[in-house]
Amino acid sequence: MSRRYLARYLVSRYFSSSVSSRPLHVCIVGSGPAGFYTADKLLKAHEGARIDIIDRLPTPFGLVRSGVAPDHPETKIAINQFSRVAQHERCSFYGNVKLGSDLLLSELRDLYHVVVLAHGAESDKDLGIPGETLSGIYSAREFVWWYNGHPDYSSLKPDLKSSDTAVILGQGNVALDVARILLRPTTELASTDIARHALSALEESSIRKVFLVGRRGPVQAALTAKELREVLGIKNMHIRIKETDLSVTPADEVEMKNSRIRKRIYELLSKAAAAAGTSESDPDQRELHFVFFRQPDRFLESNERKGHVSGVNLEKTILESAGSGKQLAVGTGEFEDLNCSLVLKAIGYKSVPINGLPFDHKKGVVPNVRGRVVSQTLESLSQTEPGLYVCGWLKRGPVGIIATNLYCAEETVGSISEDIEEGVFKSSKEGSKGLMQLLEKREVKKVDYSGWEKIDAKEKQMGTERNKPREKLVTWEDLLAAAAAN
Amino acid sequence: MFGHRISRSGSAIVKQLAREGYKSTYGRRNLQRSYGHYLPSLPMVQTRTSQEAFFLKNHRFYTASASTPEEGDEETEKITIIFVDKDGEEIPVKVPIGMSVLEAAHENDIDLEGACEASLACSTCHVIVMDTEYYNKLEEPTDEENDMLDLAFGLTETSRLGCQVIASPELDGVHLAIPSATRNFAVDGFVPKPH
Repeated sequence: MSRRYLARYLVSRYFSSSVSSRPLHVCIVGSGPAGFYTADKLLKAHEGARIDIIDRLPTPFGLVRSGVAPDHPETKIAINQFSRVAQHERCSFYGNVKLGSDLLLSELRDLYHVVVLAHGAESDKDLGIPGETLSGIYSAREFVWWYNGHPDYSSLKPDLKSSDTAVILGQGNVALDVARILLRPTTELASTDIARHALSALEESSIRKVFLVGRRGPVQAALTAKELREVLGIKNMHIRIKETDLSVTPADEVEMKNSRIRKRIYELLSKAAAAAGTSESDPDQRELHFVFFRQPDRFLESNERKGHVSGVNLEKTILESAGSGKQLAVGTGEFEDLNCSLVLKAIGYKSVPINGLPFDHKKGVVPNVRGRVVSQTLESLSQTEPGLYVCGWLKRGPVGIIATNLYCAEETVGSISEDIEEGVFKSSKEGSKGLMQLLEKREVKKVDYSGWEKIDAKEKQMGTERNKPREKLVTWEDLLAAAAAN
Repeated sequence: MFGHRISRSGSAIVKQLAREGYKSTYGRRNLQRSYGHYLPSLPMVQTRTSQEAFFLKNHRFYTASASTPEEGDEETEKITIIFVDKDGEEIPVKVPIGMSVLEAAHENDIDLEGACEASLACSTCHVIVMDTEYYNKLEEPTDEENDMLDLAFGLTETSRLGCQVIASPELDGVHLAIPSATRNFAVDGFVPKPH
């Protein structure tokens, strides 16, 4: 075992060091975990790699900054490692540079040997049901970006005062995040890095009941154990689960046998249902209801407020086998209404296609083979685009955790390394120098890492004034001004 | 080499895990284990400064070098841990008792990520204990560790988080494999059970 792998290891090390004298110019589009883990591994694997990471936002770190919930600061610690990568002498970060507007993909490919697209998924899956455009219905992504101070969503102004009920469609971790932020006492949120406008809105919110609605049952719920344990442990938050929803079928047993996490989730939910004792009638109490076996059929419009949502019409479902252990929800024709003034769709993200790039609309990814972008498939043989790669959600679809990108990046960098060995990158490229010239010509106000450090310092300083780890700057103007300040 | 050992002890492990590892004690708050109980296993002859350094080392998880040049150093017991990287290369390292596997990897430039810096908020320090006998010597994972392991890439029945595995005399000679995306972990017949 060891000898064969050792030999290959030494050979690959020899090859990479023999081309290290010639710089390998790399541009990574997207500065979230996928982008940074790719940069990290490329820097370690190739001494000649010179990497520029660009992002359309002035701030780096992608969803670690704009997606992770404010009450999960430990999850944001990954930023420390990413910061070290950005400050590496062979790596540079440039924010406020947008692919498609400030420069074209073809221009990047002219300037760099390797272009890695790691810009994730900035859109949402649609339900495609009537009433979806009523006001008061948002995707969870929009709501998350709103409370996390993303500059594109600071003026979302969701209505949290028209009723005491919000409905969340979906039962993944994002659904739990938004439920928690809606129901947590604002005194607890006040010491997090939640955006100020969101904290103010939540302080005046009348939402006290949140319904997490899933098409299937507790065995299929997409949430994970840590997050579930967390909501079950929040003080003064009452969990409601119907005991009847907890009965399992033989098909469910098989699913649990094959997946340790499904089994643990089911056990936690069962315990929660059993423990959900008396229903005290405290008007201010917060309730989290898990609703299973219901799929939304249409949204109901309010009579008093035209154009605004007043509820969801749900169809009861049963599960049918779809082969290979998978079960799908099928409508039974029985319907019921659930009234609410706020609906959040937490049913999945979707990537936005880029002009000039092949895109698989069904899977929502850029077609690729182990990270190499596929230009076309002729007779089941994939032809790949030289020098063009993908990593992260754009490559795999919007699933997984931060850590998933570690292995995703390993695979993509593995493909890049193979291509280096094959001598794919023989021509000389301008790299960074060319990018700087192009951006200057187009008067792009790029934000380099020191610009981000100024934003970071300002946010932290404002945070200390309010006993928060940081007070985020939430508009483009404020962010760019802070980055350019002296 | 390891395969048949796994299958022999496999069902025993699953039973043990089912009995102990999956019990839910939700509401439990301790996210980090206290390592106070490892201190008594050290020789008592130590200078105050080296004791302090040791205490700090084990409560912060990312510190300076293992060999503090103080009087107590020669008496700090070390064990050998053998990391197996994605190319199958074995890298033996000397690890002082009480140090976590994650720290040991970082001190020896082993490529083991620790994104959340030992806060039990990620699974990037996932290691596979290649010998079930060694795996059984470890204290079982807490609920919090199991929650993170649930999501670990390439999870096996002998997987642990490196930040939670602490070097102790019984672990001398343990082989820890680092999961890899570019190599399927079928090393010497060691086949990870699907999860």
